[in-house]
Amino acid sequence: MRIDTYQKVILPLVGAVSVLVLWALVSATFAPDLPSPLRTWQESRRYVLDPFFKEGEMNQGMGRLAFYSLVRVGKGFALALAIGTPIGFLLGLSRRFHQSFDPIVQFMRPISPLAWLPLGLVIFQKSEPAAIFTIALCAMWPTVINTAVGVRSISQDYLNVGRVLKLSRTTTLRRIVIPATLPYVFTGYRLSLGLAWLVIVASEMLTGTPGVGGFLWQEYNSLVYSHIILSVLTIGAIGFVLDRLMGLVEARVRIN
Amino acid sequence: MAYLEVRGLRKSYRVRGGATPVLGGIDLTLDEGEFVAVVGYSGSGKTTLVSLIAGLIAPDAGEIRLDGAPVREPGPERGIVFQQYSLLPWLSARANVALAVDAVNPTLPAAERRRLTDELIALVNLTPAAWKRPRELSGGMRQRVAVARGLAMQPKLLLMDEPFSALDALTRAALQDELLRIWGERRTTVMLITNDVDEAILLADRIYPMTPGPDAVLGPAIEVGLPRPRQRRHMSLEPAYQKARQALVEFLRAGRNRLAPTAGHPRETRPRAPIP
Repeated sequence: MRIDTYQKVILPLVGAVSVLVLWALVSATFAPDLPSPLRTWQESRRYVLDPFFKEGEMNQGMGRLAFYSLVRVGKGFALALAIGTPIGFLLGLSRRFHQSFDPIVQFMRPISPLAWLPLGLVIFQKSEPAAIFTIALCAMWPTVINTAVGVRSISQDYLNVGRVLKLSRTTTLRRIVIPATLPYVFTGYRLSLGLAWLVIVASEMLTGTPGVGGFLWQEYNSLVYSHIILSVLTIGAIGFVLDRLMGLVEARVRIN
Repeated sequence: MAYLEVRGLRKSYRVRGGATPVLGGIDLTLDEGEFVAVVGYSGSGKTTLVSLIAGLIAPDAGEIRLDGAPVREPGPERGIVFQQYSLLPWLSARANVALAVDAVNPTLPAAERRRLTDELIALVNLTPAAWKRPRELSGGMRQRVAVARGLAMQPKLLLMDEPFSALDALTRAALQDELLRIWGERRTTVMLITNDVDEAILLADRIYPMTPGPDAVLGPAIEVGLPRPRQRRHMSLEPAYQKARQALVEFLRAGRNRLAPTAGHPRETRPRAPIP
């Protein structure tokens, strides 16, 4: 057998099987309410095999629910980038701006989405904009911080080229500062997307909007525990794919 | 008045608990169209001198005038070829040169700027690799791009800060020959900083030796009496070459020995004169 298959297929399978065994053991012994892997599959089959059926606001195939969540995350993530990128550049470029706003950034960064969401509901009165507000507010910090760090770590050599050529401020920004910072910015984007996906579940649970998180919470309340596991697995799988996709984009930018 | 006038240039760097005096009063002059080299040991402050003339840092004391105008800030009329190339890695070789062409000739029509860029790329023999990014180029090719970019600034004075010191010996020799050819075609005023005595003699009309720092100063300029165009072959056998080399090496060695006792580790034992 080729070492490649061994490392890329067999070993990860060993990990997955171990977790399945552990899960089966836990459900068979001290947590009888936890559905076993087999039962989970039997009760969730329809949601996976027919991912786009719809029988009600909350009773829909996983594909549909995931789509709702992804659209919500997409909006929140886009808003996070739209706000976070310029703030990051300003923090990196202007000492005065940094001194004014860096403490606020450090202060707001550790605030949990669970704390922002009620505030969003107060401000917007509706759950959808409140959810997007929360996602954006929680997800933008890695973008802000990575962009600022990227701007501040531009090699003096590159800036000296701009100085010798007497490039204008805007040309320096466009031709030197932004391209030099781009790899950092995209690392920020990848981390922000991960956070946005992390926040979606919490915000859907609290607002009860249809999506993977909303479904999870509703199934918990209706005691269909296997669907909680289904939701958890879906969330993990989508998060993994999103991270890989952003990783590809990041690698492309890094080719510099 | 000379084309480039440097008078009493001093620069110290602040370090913890004091200041390191790097340059202790540099005087030098360059005539228009002249190729002048400054030779000194590594760490003697040569790069500091280039950065001061480029205007990238400000002197503590002294004056720099180019073509009568005092130097206060960087500008393309003092084009620079950096020791570490400083090419922008996200731009192709050609785009790196084009950036300078465009910056210096903003009023020229685009087609004309393109032609200028192509001409410079051809001048440094990079046409086949023009679209490659710096990381896809060898060290020698990168330095060609940097030279083309320096020339693209159409500088009154081209500053070259140890341009070939990072290259292997063969590549270095090839690039020196090319620089000789390019300079023959363009006659740009050049100030070359190097730690290579032979490189300086091969390329320059006059050479200033630099004492090792701290408080580095320049010795009297040594004229290289070799005719142009120069050929590397057999040059080392010419009396003018030997004479220049001997004068340089003697000055540099004397400077080093003068410093050795204060460093605590004399590198050469020589008889000391009895103290009267």
